[in-house]
Amino acid sequence: MKWEQVMGLEVHLQLATQTKIFSGAANRFGAEPNRQACAVDLGMPGMLPVVNELAVKYAVMFGLSIDAAIGKRSVFDRKNYFYPDSPKGYQISQFFEPIVGEGSFTIPMPDGSTFPIRITRAHLEEDAGKSVHDAFAGQTGIDLNRAGTPLLEIVTEPDFRTAEQAVAYLKALHSLVTTLGISDGNMAEGSMRCDINLSLRAEGSDELGTRTEIKNVNSFRFVERAIGVEAERQRDILEDGGRIVQETRLYDADNNETRSMRSKEVANDYRYFPEPDLLPIIIDETYIETLRATLPELPGPKRQRFVQHYALSDYDAALLASERTLAAYFEAVTASCGEAKLAANWILGDLSAALNREDIGINQCPVTPEALAGLILRIADNTLSSKLAKQVFEGLWRGQGSAEDIIEAQGLEQVSDSGVLEAMIDEVIANNPAQVVQYKAADEGKRKKLSGFFVGQIMKASKGQANPQLLSTLLIKKLDR
Amino acid sequence: MTHTDLCYASATTLSGMLDNRDLSAVELTEHCLARIKRFDSQLNSVITLTEEQALVAAQAADQRRAVGEATPLTGIPLLHKDIFCTAGVKTTCASRMLQEFKPPYDATVVAKLSAAGAVTLGKTNMDEFAMGASNETSFFGAVANPWDTTRVPGGSSGGSAAAVAAGFAPLSTGTDTGGSIRQPAALCGITGLKPTYGRISRLGIIAFASSLDQAGPMARSAEDAAMMLNAMCGVDSGDSTSADVSVPDFTASLNRPIAGLRIGLPREYFGGDLDPDLAAHIHKALSELEAEGAQLVDIDLPHTRQAIATYYVIAPAEASANLSRYDGVRFGHRCDNPVDLMDLYERSRSEGFGAEVQRRILVGTYALSAGFYDAYFKKAQQVRRVISDDFQRAFSQVDVIAGPTAPSIAFHHGEKAADPIAMYMEDVYTLSVNLAGLPGMSVPAGLINGMPIGLQLIGRAFDEQTLLRAGHCFQQRTDWHTQRPTLAGTSS
Repeated sequence: MKWEQVMGLEVHLQLATQTKIFSGAANRFGAEPNRQACAVDLGMPGMLPVVNELAVKYAVMFGLSIDAAIGKRSVFDRKNYFYPDSPKGYQISQFFEPIVGEGSFTIPMPDGSTFPIRITRAHLEEDAGKSVHDAFAGQTGIDLNRAGTPLLEIVTEPDFRTAEQAVAYLKALHSLVTTLGISDGNMAEGSMRCDINLSLRAEGSDELGTRTEIKNVNSFRFVERAIGVEAERQRDILEDGGRIVQETRLYDADNNETRSMRSKEVANDYRYFPEPDLLPIIIDETYIETLRATLPELPGPKRQRFVQHYALSDYDAALLASERTLAAYFEAVTASCGEAKLAANWILGDLSAALNREDIGINQCPVTPEALAGLILRIADNTLSSKLAKQVFEGLWRGQGSAEDIIEAQGLEQVSDSGVLEAMIDEVIANNPAQVVQYKAADEGKRKKLSGFFVGQIMKASKGQANPQLLSTLLIKKLDR
Repeated sequence: MTHTDLCYASATTLSGMLDNRDLSAVELTEHCLARIKRFDSQLNSVITLTEEQALVAAQAADQRRAVGEATPLTGIPLLHKDIFCTAGVKTTCASRMLQEFKPPYDATVVAKLSAAGAVTLGKTNMDEFAMGASNETSFFGAVANPWDTTRVPGGSSGGSAAAVAAGFAPLSTGTDTGGSIRQPAALCGITGLKPTYGRISRLGIIAFASSLDQAGPMARSAEDAAMMLNAMCGVDSGDSTSADVSVPDFTASLNRPIAGLRIGLPREYFGGDLDPDLAAHIHKALSELEAEGAQLVDIDLPHTRQAIATYYVIAPAEASANLSRYDGVRFGHRCDNPVDLMDLYERSRSEGFGAEVQRRILVGTYALSAGFYDAYFKKAQQVRRVISDDFQRAFSQVDVIAGPTAPSIAFHHGEKAADPIAMYMEDVYTLSVNLAGLPGMSVPAGLINGMPIGLQLIGRAFDEQTLLRAGHCFQQRTDWHTQRPTLAGTSS
């Protein structure tokens, strides 16, 4: 039987606020254990939560960017369960009336196509602390620094059929939230954590199979691999005539397998009820419209604009539009040199390679957009061959001045004077009679290959500065004579 | 003035004496401390006495008086119910769970009263986590009623009520979730006010039922309660449910006449169940107000009967979550040698909480459980709105609603302890006021068999002024509030 994978994703997104969602403690990653937890975060007797308005604003910004219905009235609820890293014995979340309702989202796929998915809801809640199992022998440590970190939980409909779609969604979501500036999206630090609900069904069926939920997958690569192994596990069970147990599973990256965490049948009854310590959040139309007017250009519209305005390919446009700083860099280069296609090629090619090599972001790039534009201008006017251009780029990267400075200092200007080139060609022909004879004896097909010898010799003689197109034309003319 | 007279002087009188240097705050504090030490063995109204801090605060108060920076409360001694967090001072909530708990912060109410210069003498006994109407559920033992130590003082603010009635301090703080200020005030013959929900910050008050809890003053007169209330109110950015409404000077309008005040008498409060003797006293008290020109109007609060059931779903439900934080992990009681996490939870909580607290956690957990939520919690929320609407309608006809505070005089220790429902009935007249979030006050209105009874006055939201004015007017015409119990070993 052919099986179809059906998936829905839940993403827990940490919001980049200064302070926690219900307290004044700092919201930062990496402090000493329990140094960023105040009396509210510890659930001390008599302490009360107060909603962080910025977290509310960020949630609304997200909602607006996916065309979602914004809850004019949303309510916090208590989700009751005992766990040592849940200090109050309940988590403040939104169950009955979330702040963001149904929305939609268009994802660019790697092949340049797009794919629509539906967002079910997004709600605000507080993160839990962390249980540390390996620091004390026979005991568990509790670090409450993370407790109270604002989370936006974003839930999709079961609209995904492939792991590629799931990863493309997460990348697009990452791009969206970093463009909005509402999260740093740092998956390694847990700023974006993904739960995958996955089930299989016979291809062509409309019914959903029994699903499992894979919790807290924290990289794009692990999402892809977790989906692969879990789908395979379910397929094996179903093909053996077995039944899928609805349960929560954990992806073990070391062994590349999923493992059962707990069965939903014995799962907690969370006993949700409205949080009496907080008033409902009331959002009016003015607030929404004011916020809508201040939203930055989002990756989707930006992608379309790059295709239309700069004639970029869908693929290049999607890549450049995915990161706000990268897109801004591209637009600055293009504004300065007027060569969008070349700018895109250089930014996504040599520049990105260099950034990756040094493991830095575009905002730390040592080459200013104006400097790169200077290089591109000299490529466009044929002063530099692509080979020479790479050499100049390295100079730019190392801070050796502008493209002009480097060309002049290293004498890298391309030789495009036909008189000079012809003299060089004549000399090489005169010095290599045997190769000339061989060339002349060869048929059309082989001649092209044999001409490479002469090109190489002349490039060597010109220290690589001969204009390759002009050289090629002149050389063939002389050899074929 | 004798020692006893001094200890029974009103806060208003004492404030004047301090102002005129007829008395120092240190002297006054010493008098109160001495009285507590001498007589509290009979009452058990105080859990923690903060003698040293009190004397330091009294000295500071005297200095403030000397430099002319005093408020009316500067140098006035008071006691805090042990539900209010006090920085560095044990705050037990009368529970084994918090037997040794010292919070690193003051409740907003504590901070405000201290900032006004009031001198904290200590922390008063109460029902465990404020769950009770007799002060018998305290881990630190029951409190005795100073009018008859074989009887209960009411609860949950029983220690605060008994202490003020016994002349230990002119003022004390209480909290009221279903009647916990008003009922003990009635049973001990003092004046207690539960303000409108949101009037006073809940920050730093250990939560019982968050949507119902409200702090308030306990005093020997409406005038003193008004003076104390002035220092307790105001919006608090740390409590989202505190109301951003203007705070009047509650003492300013005390003497305005009450002529024309319409006082509603709910038929449901004065029906067949009401003890005839008690009814007679309440009617007598109301006739005093009538004599001042108030009009008595019969009204209906048709859903009064549903209030108890509604309250005993909502309050335990909220409590079940509020008390989840006591898990033995970060603070509070932890069992010895837990073998695993479940054992830690189960034994810490079973050992740390008393029977009544456990009962309410179980009831509340049940009411919120999957499959029962709609039938219990959701339904209770709906009925709560209906009860609130009843009051809304009534207040379109009248300015104040009046009736008895409690259904009887103080009962004997153990009399109702085995019957939770009988105990819950103690709050039949008070808890609908919490459900509706309204202000309510109890003033002494007579003695039956030598035991005090209370007249309850209920007001519109944020209209504590009218209650205090009516209470003050009543106390100008009567002397029930100046009656004193006789403690063993004293002549008065």
